[in-house]
Amino acid sequence: MAETPASNLDAAVGLTAESLSPGRLAFRRFLTHRAAVVSVGILVLLILWVLLSPLTARYGVNEQVFDISQGPNQNLPPASFAWFGTDIIGRDVYSRVLYGVRVSLIIGLASAVFSLALGSLIGAVAGLKGGLFDDVVMRVTDVFLAFPFLVALLVVRNMFGAVGWVTFLVGEPSSVRFMVFLFAVFGWMGVARVLRAQVMSLKEREFVEAARALGASNARIIMRHLLPNSIGPMLVALSLGVVGAIVSEATLSLFGYGPDPGTGATSLGLMVAGSKSAVRAGYWWLALYPFAALLVITLCVSFIGDGLRDAFDPKHGGAR
Amino acid sequence: MLRYTLRRAVWLLPTLLLVTFLVYVALRLGTDPVASYRRTNIRASKKKIDQYIAANGLYSGAFGYIRGYFKWLWGFVTLDWPRSIKGSREVWPHLKDALANSLRLGLVASFIGILVGNALGVLAALRPGRLRDTLVNSSALVGLAVPPFVSALLLQLFFAVYWQKWFGYALFPVSGVYPAGHQGFDLFLMLKHMALPVVVVSIQSIAVYSRYMRASLLDVLNSEYMRTARAKGISERRVLVHHALRNALIPVTTLAFLDVGAVVGGLIITEGLFEYPGMGRFFLVAYSNGDFPELMPWMVLIIGSVVVFNLLADIAYAKLDPRIRLG
Repeated sequence: MAETPASNLDAAVGLTAESLSPGRLAFRRFLTHRAAVVSVGILVLLILWVLLSPLTARYGVNEQVFDISQGPNQNLPPASFAWFGTDIIGRDVYSRVLYGVRVSLIIGLASAVFSLALGSLIGAVAGLKGGLFDDVVMRVTDVFLAFPFLVALLVVRNMFGAVGWVTFLVGEPSSVRFMVFLFAVFGWMGVARVLRAQVMSLKEREFVEAARALGASNARIIMRHLLPNSIGPMLVALSLGVVGAIVSEATLSLFGYGPDPGTGATSLGLMVAGSKSAVRAGYWWLALYPFAALLVITLCVSFIGDGLRDAFDPKHGGAR
Repeated sequence: MLRYTLRRAVWLLPTLLLVTFLVYVALRLGTDPVASYRRTNIRASKKKIDQYIAANGLYSGAFGYIRGYFKWLWGFVTLDWPRSIKGSREVWPHLKDALANSLRLGLVASFIGILVGNALGVLAALRPGRLRDTLVNSSALVGLAVPPFVSALLLQLFFAVYWQKWFGYALFPVSGVYPAGHQGFDLFLMLKHMALPVVVVSIQSIAVYSRYMRASLLDVLNSEYMRTARAKGISERRVLVHHALRNALIPVTTLAFLDVGAVVGGLIITEGLFEYPGMGRFFLVAYSNGDFPELMPWMVLIIGSVVVFNLLADIAYAKLDPRIRLG
C-alpha cells in the first residue's frame, strides 16, 4: 500500500520521528550507564583473550616452565619466563589462569542458561495458572532459599551423588557436568520467583486478555506474549546466575567439593583452592592473579546486570 | 494481630516436621550413616552393625525411612541423642560451644552491618544521582561482587604474612577463638581473633543494607505523602526523621530479622577459612566425616531458627506497617 497522505504531509513539514520500540529504548538507557558499558567492553576483551589463549599462554596446563633438573622451578615469583609466577609444582600461573577462566566461564554460562530456561518456564506457568502448582513451587523455593546456600548445595550434592540414575545421566559428583546440573537445580528457583511476579502483573494486562479472547492456549500465551515481555528480568537473572555459578564453583572447590575437570584442564575454583595454603606461606602471586580474574568477571557481570536492571525498569534504582 | 500471630504460629510445627523429614531423607541418602559407621569401626562385626542399625532406626526402604524418622524424632525430643560416629562423643556440648561462637561473631557483624549500612544508605538516598550516591552505590556493588573467600584470604595474606614480615609481629591472628592451648576467658584476645572474620562478614552486610536502605528510602521520598508533609509546613528535619525514615525502616527491619535468624547457621566460608570453631565449621567437619548424628541436630537448629525468625519478621512487618491488612 502506498503511503497515506497524512504521513506525506508530516514528511513535508518535517514532522517525522524515528519510532522507538521498548527494546530500543532500553538499549539507549543501557548506553547511558557508563559502568555497565565499560564492563561489557572489558568482558568482551577478557573472553577474546581467553579464546585466543594459545597465542599468549606459552605453557600447557600441566606443563612445568622448565625442568626441575635445571634448578628450582617451584613457587617462583613473577618473572619474564612466567609472567604470573609459578605454582607449587613449577607450572606457569598465567597459562593456568587463562585455561581456568575458560572452564569457569563455561560452567557459569551453562548453569545460568539451564536455570534460566527451567526457572522462567516454571515461574511463568506458576504465575499464570496459580493454584496448587503455584503453591507447591513457591513453598519449595521458600524452604531452599531460607537455608544457608552452601549447606543446601553440599547436602543436595551428596544426595544426588548417591542416586544411581542421576550419576548415570550427569556423571560423578566431581565432574563438570554434575556441577552444572547442581547449579541449575538451585538456580531455577531465584529465576522462577522473579518471573512469577512479572507474569502475575503482566497477565492482567489487555494484550494477554486480547490473546485469550482470540483463543490462544496457555502455552502460546506464555511463549509468545509473557516470556518476550519479561526479557528484562530474564537478562538480569541470567547475569546473576553466571556470577552465582562461578562463585559457587570456587567456593565448593575451596572446601574440596568442586569439580575435577580432568587432567589437562583446571578451573578458577581449583586455583583459588590451591591459593588457600599458599597465602599463609606468603606466595601472593598464587592468590592474587586467580582472584583478579575472578573479580574481573564477577564485577563486570554485576555492573552489566545493574545496567540492564536500570535499562529495562527505569523506575527503580540508578540516578533519576 | 493476635489472631494472625496465632494462625501463623499453628503452622510452625507442621512446617518444622515436614522440613526436618525432607532433610532427614536427604542426609540419610547423602551421607549413608551405616557406611560411615563401618568406615570408622572397621572391625565391627555384622552383629554389631545390625545392632547399630536397630538402635538408631536406620532401616532401609521407603517405609523404613518414615519409620526411622519417627524413631529419630522421638529420640531427639526426649533428648536421647545418639553419639557422633567419629569419636563417639556427645553432640550437644560441642554444638552448644559452636553456637555460642557463631552467635558472637554473627551478631557483632550484623550489628556493624545494620548500623553502618543503613547510615550509608540514608546518606546516598538523600542526594540521589550525586557523587555521594554514586560512591555508596558502586562500592556496595563492588562489596557484593567480592566473594567472602577473596576478602578473607587477602586479609590473611596482609595481616598474617606481610605484617609479620614488615613489622616483626602479627597484628591479627588468623585462626581460632584463642591461641592454641589457651585456657579461660580473655576478652581482649577474643576480640583480636574475631577482628578479621568480622571485617569479612561486615563488608557483605554493609553492602546489602546500604543498597536496601537506599532503595527503600528513595521509594518513600518519592511518595505523595512526603509532599503533603512538606506542604503542611513541617520542618525538613522532622519530615525526614518522622515521615521518611520511619517508613523506610519497615522493609529494612524485616531484612534484619531474617539476617539474625540466619546467624545461627554460622558463616560457613568465613569460619572455614579462619578455622573459627562456630556452627559453620561444625557443619563442614561433620559433613566431611559423614557424621549423621551430628548433622541432624545442627540442621534442626538452623531450620528452627530460620522458620521462627521468618515468622517474627512477618509479624514485625505487619505491626510496623498499619497499611498491611492481615488475612
